[in-house]
Amino acid sequence: MPAPVEARGLVKRYGEIVAVDHVDLTVAAGDVYGYLGPNGAGKTTSLRMLLGLIKPNEGSVRLFGRDPLVEGARALQGVAGFVEEPRFYPYLSARKNLELLAAYDGGGARERIDSVLDIVELRDRAKDKVRGYSHGMRQRLGIAGALLRDPRLLLLDEPTTGLDPAGIRDMRDLVRRLAEQGMTIVLSSHILAEVEALCDRVGILRRGRVVFEGALSELRSAGGGTYALRTTDQRRALELCEAHAGLSGVRQDDGAVRFSAPEEAVASLSIALGDADVGILALVPHMPTLEELFFDVTESDEADRAPAGAAQAGS
Amino acid sequence: MSGTLTVYRWELRKLLSQKRTYIGLLFATAIPAIFVSTVAARNHGPQDVPFGRYVLESGLAVPLVLLTFGAYWLFPLITALVAGDIVASEDHNGTLKTILTRSLDRAPIFAGKALAACTYAFVALVAMAVVSLAGGAIISGFHPLVSLSGTTVSTGHGLVLIGASFLVYFVPILGIAAIGLVFSTIARNSAGAVVATLMLSFVLQLVAILPGLGGIKPYLLTNQFFAWHGFLRTPTDWAPITHALWVCAIWIAASLAAGVVVFVRRDVAGG
Repeated sequence: MPAPVEARGLVKRYGEIVAVDHVDLTVAAGDVYGYLGPNGAGKTTSLRMLLGLIKPNEGSVRLFGRDPLVEGARALQGVAGFVEEPRFYPYLSARKNLELLAAYDGGGARERIDSVLDIVELRDRAKDKVRGYSHGMRQRLGIAGALLRDPRLLLLDEPTTGLDPAGIRDMRDLVRRLAEQGMTIVLSSHILAEVEALCDRVGILRRGRVVFEGALSELRSAGGGTYALRTTDQRRALELCEAHAGLSGVRQDDGAVRFSAPEEAVASLSIALGDADVGILALVPHMPTLEELFFDVTESDEADRAPAGAAQAGS
Repeated sequence: MSGTLTVYRWELRKLLSQKRTYIGLLFATAIPAIFVSTVAARNHGPQDVPFGRYVLESGLAVPLVLLTFGAYWLFPLITALVAGDIVASEDHNGTLKTILTRSLDRAPIFAGKALAACTYAFVALVAMAVVSLAGGAIISGFHPLVSLSGTTVSTGHGLVLIGASFLVYFVPILGIAAIGLVFSTIARNSAGAVVATLMLSFVLQLVAILPGLGGIKPYLLTNQFFAWHGFLRTPTDWAPITHALWVCAIWIAASLAAGVVVFVRRDVAGG
């Protein structure tokens, strides 16, 4: 079965500005894919291209194998979502808005109106005009509008932006429930905690280019860990560390020997220290947070190059 | 086709839910009411427009006088209010992206919107016809009408001719609606599209009176607003009517073609 999302070499230019620069994205069935990037990195523009709202200058999009530019609305079968905040007709009630969308969807969408209103807990307010809805209610109505299509792929652009803490919690719970039901979800966000809490794979965008795409665990291991070592014989420990394979950045700092290393090298080092009669007082790992990795990827001068070993840099 | 009808039905429901719709209809009904009241109060009709001098002799003359008045700004305005708004307001409010990510292609969405804009203009025209006929009947009664050829037309035949005149008058209104749709698709701003449609209508009227441009006058859209005069001659003068039909057909076809091409191809980056 074709992947829910396959974008290859997407480019969008606005005059001199390259908003999206040769972006490749692959979202597999069942993924909860976090699409990360600072504001203005090109997340929304690329999501609009995925949905066929804007045409790329170069490249192609396939949703379940179908190209929205060639097949039009048929390519959106099984696909739903919103870019930026969801918008509705303010002078119509929430239910009328959903009836309109269901009519545009056809099929059994109309029969799902009550159930999607229940899912987003808006059934009691469904008769109210959307004009009077709070931002959070509109976000939820946006999800309801997307679920009407009974999607297999849900694209959500910053769904928790502007929500209060309770709204953020409810929205995340909802996304988690939908993911547990097997829905593939692409969640664009600039909030790292959100992506960490919900997503298993991430694509990180910087200045229109994908600088990392892969599993969150790959991103973490790509960042590597640093360790602080205190022993009964620091001078001997430093010598052993410098000579030990797999360690890098070995230095004496603040009473501890510090180095970067993969876990296997750390394990063999501890044995080597024991064999050399050097007692270990403390061997403390410091794993970078997602935030540190994110800034590392999006702000370093080398960011256009993916972290070694784990990334598929957009080219 | 079913997609177009779905969009058409919902566009009509949306129109019924918006104040702007009723403002246009208010114009279409209030202006004949004001005209009739003024004529009745002054006991004097306008002398310098076709049928103006007969409004106190036969109520049938009232809708015909209003057709002339309406050509200059009233109907371009009423038509532009909705046609200029129908795509641009969706763009401005961000709902265009909402409806373009469902299961309907862009072409039927455009077609449904175009049909709705034309239906609205037709309803406004019928409303003006009804109010002006009713007003004319109240102040002058339904008496035989003197045609543009000086012959007397019976009340029954006069009503048929008025109906035919309104139908022919509707054709350039369709042209204005099609132009409004193009501006609505391009402008991405409702007020801009409405004003641009009105301005184009005024410019075409201005061109018609500029010296040295007489050659293009018969092909201007706004000139076709007077083709109905052919019905009020004895015998019926079909030449201006058939001319108006094909001239308007070209304006409508060209505008709709431009509109649909822009709408289908354009990026939806707003909202």
